[in-house]
Amino acid sequence: MAKEFVARGADLELKGIRKEFPGFVAIENLDLTVPAGEFFALLGPSGCGKTTTLRLVAGLETPTKGKILIGKTDVTETKPHERPVNTVFQSYALFPHMTILENVAFGLRQRKIDDPLGKAKQALNMVQLSHLAERKPQQLSGGQQQRVALARALVNRPSLLLLDEPLGALDLKLRREMQIELKAIQIEVGLTFLHVTHDQEEAMDMADTVAVMNQGRIEQMGAPEALYDRPKTVFVAKFLGQSNLLVGEVSSTSANSVSIDVAGNKISVPKDRAEKHSGKIAVGFRPEKATFHTKKPTAKSDTNVIGPGEILDIRFTGVSNQYLIEVPNLGNITVFAQNMGQSPVIELGEKVWISWSVDHSFGLADLPAGNEEE
Amino acid sequence: MKFTLGKFALPLYAVLTFIYLLIPIFYTFVFSFNDSLKTNLIWRGFTFDKWLNVCQREGVCQAFGNSIFIGLISTIFATALGTAIAIALVRYRFRFRSSVNLLLFLPMATPEVVLGAGLASQFFNLGVQKGTFTIILAHIMFCLSFVVVTVKARVASLDPALEEAGRDLYANPRQVFWKITFPLLLPGISAAALLSFALSFDDFIITNFNAGADMTFPRYVYTAAARGVPAEANVIGSAVFILAIVIVLATQINGEIKRRRLAKKA
Repeated sequence: MAKEFVARGADLELKGIRKEFPGFVAIENLDLTVPAGEFFALLGPSGCGKTTTLRLVAGLETPTKGKILIGKTDVTETKPHERPVNTVFQSYALFPHMTILENVAFGLRQRKIDDPLGKAKQALNMVQLSHLAERKPQQLSGGQQQRVALARALVNRPSLLLLDEPLGALDLKLRREMQIELKAIQIEVGLTFLHVTHDQEEAMDMADTVAVMNQGRIEQMGAPEALYDRPKTVFVAKFLGQSNLLVGEVSSTSANSVSIDVAGNKISVPKDRAEKHSGKIAVGFRPEKATFHTKKPTAKSDTNVIGPGEILDIRFTGVSNQYLIEVPNLGNITVFAQNMGQSPVIELGEKVWISWSVDHSFGLADLPAGNEEE
Repeated sequence: MKFTLGKFALPLYAVLTFIYLLIPIFYTFVFSFNDSLKTNLIWRGFTFDKWLNVCQREGVCQAFGNSIFIGLISTIFATALGTAIAIALVRYRFRFRSSVNLLLFLPMATPEVVLGAGLASQFFNLGVQKGTFTIILAHIMFCLSFVVVTVKARVASLDPALEEAGRDLYANPRQVFWKITFPLLLPGISAAALLSFALSFDDFIITNFNAGADMTFPRYVYTAAARGVPAEANVIGSAVFILAIVIVLATQINGEIKRRRLAKKA
């Protein structure tokens, strides 16, 4: 009995998920909705619960509490082989005793779908590996194995494709190539992709929506641009790119901005970009949004200025120069200047002022470690 | 000077060791062609008679057949049970897991005389008639530990993600076992089976305690040795040795052919 291929991706809904392992809680209380056809990334450091979340969706783990719905069907109690879900494993997990073609055809054969070898060949074509169909997995390079694992999952046309750090074992260049390829394939097949990664560049590059996970909770979720432009917690500000954070008491508020006082400097942030408007708050800005000046810039209401500070370190990374500037009573500030061939020539130890637009500031809901309110 | 000594001493030492190891086998092989009378101690001339009419000596072939039968049955049970235990010990966390691990080592560490005598008194107390059945029970018991140890090593090196990938690709637990776990464990399982067959076929001490009137090949040779081992025993011994060598060579050659074919493709 041949079952029909699922043509489109399906919604994934996690409702009140809690997962306990003996001795620790991996996921506290997770609610998550991934709309059909979306490329969704779960981003977080190791041990944050993102892989556990993926395994729960695949059915390889059962939640302690909560429900999992795929396309409105409750699958919480079903076994992995009964779920319309396929996984690309971190270690690829290709069957070493089968040829590449048999690996790809495995899922089709299990579901007794017509012409499994023909469909498997098509899938191998899609990842440009049809010439290796008769090889064994151990004869392939890491990048090739990765594509086979992708073909083996995609050939089943699952409602939902789960990717567990699929590019983690590849070198940088290959990883960038595969990112582009993976994204192209996702757009082509139109399936829902749930991608787990600890690589923030990878997540921002590929995903429509990124959920930043920390200690078994989702810290913040949104489009990559929105997350980067306006992080809401210290963790997100630090994990997604780099941030400079300044902590101070709110000293004045106007109609549309909040200002804090940090070691005698007035730092403003638009009200709609701040999570809190009173008390002690942390205000951040991105290193590439800031510039430095050798003379004190004239004060303007739309610009934040701090300084003077001293250049501690200059790092050349190719596309940009990264300056570490020590500002007395305020800490170290990082400023990136793009390498346009005319970046300001500056020496170590030189005195500079740092400025950035008020509109590029963001106010966080919590404080960096060591600044907790008494 | 020292250099040349080292150069010659090591190969010489190796050759002498091999001679020392192989002389008894060589002797057994040569004397299987002896035109012997009642005893097989003095060389009386070359003949193929004993090889051609090996079963004419009373009891030799029956004992041999018995040993093969006992070996096969014990191997099948010990391998099946041992494989299941090995998978359970590596893959699952359960109560008394470490005690089971320890207990499985005991039959390997206990002297055979003690095991044999212990089993014999146990069978006596339970009123079990000694015979082929009790031998098989005893053999399954001591082969089991060796199977578990051999297969466990293989299970431990098997990536759990492979089985998970099978489950993820619509295979139910039974299909995962037969299509993925079993083929990947097969080298370990066959090694364990060969080992347990060899142990069972060869065992004398435990068997002797629990055999009753049942004759196995090692027991036959032992009994016959009192009167001088007949040349037919040498024939069977040599045949088993040759068979073992052929199996080992066949496996080696087969592996080499596969490796070359893979290398050619790559």
